[in-house]
Amino acid sequence: MLNPDSVGRTFPGSDAVTVTQSQIDAFAAVVGQSDTSVAPPTFAIRITLDQSQAILSNPEIGLDWTRVVHGDQRFEIHTPIKAGDTFRCSSTIESYKVAAGNEIVTVRSDLHQGDALAVSTWSTLVVRA
Amino acid sequence: MVDFGSARMIEVGTVLPTQVFTLDRAILKAYADASGDQNPIHQNEEFAVSVGLPNVIAHGMLTMALVGKYVTDWAGGAAQVHEFSARFIKPVIVPANEKVDLTVSATIASIEDGKIKLDITATSAGVKVLGMAKAVVTKK
Repeated sequence: MLNPDSVGRTFPGSDAVTVTQSQIDAFAAVVGQSDTSVAPPTFAIRITLDQSQAILSNPEIGLDWTRVVHGDQRFEIHTPIKAGDTFRCSSTIESYKVAAGNEIVTVRSDLHQGDALAVSTWSTLVVRA
Repeated sequence: MVDFGSARMIEVGTVLPTQVFTLDRAILKAYADASGDQNPIHQNEEFAVSVGLPNVIAHGMLTMALVGKYVTDWAGGAAQVHEFSARFIKPVIVPANEKVDLTVSATIASIEDGKIKLDITATSAGVKVLGMAKAVVTKK
């Protein structure tokens, strides 16, 4: 079970992440996007899901990642991601509830570029009973 | 790629052309490598069945990435997409050695200050796989 004290808290991600052209190219190739000057709209998940997984799996927070199903996903893209961009990530546990034994957690992850917020992602994760 | 046609009307209620994407085990592997999501439910049938799934299923985020391509093409580039959201309501089931469809269409829900909101539908094998799928774009 998730530690209830973690709800509403914001956790910093690990070290800054720099996006490479080859990461964008590989992601774009899967969906058939030929213009790779800008990353596909869902590319941020490549950074934020890793970071939120690392944060939520921390024993202090206690989410059982092995039972997680992705419930929904939202992106707000203020600045499209390009190769060479360096981001710091933070994740906030925005809401938490238990329904029919399943834990339902909404995590917002923000990608900051310097002082600017480039992309926010919201992931609702369902930890199956 | 769908030819969306620049002369097409852009007004609330306009239905955008349908596009059909094809998924197979190879694209699941490619997405796993490109995204870093190596969960075996997307690659290993035995494992998928062992956790109660009917077969290997596509990553919800792969489905969403393909819908993102549809939205990107219509808007005129990935930089035109400002918001994008969806609920994963049913899995896209991908049996070995088969190709399954992901059929995508959209309707213009609102236009405000040049920002166009799309309501998107996505089905596979006739089953709706995304709920509440929406995007906000500016069209180039």
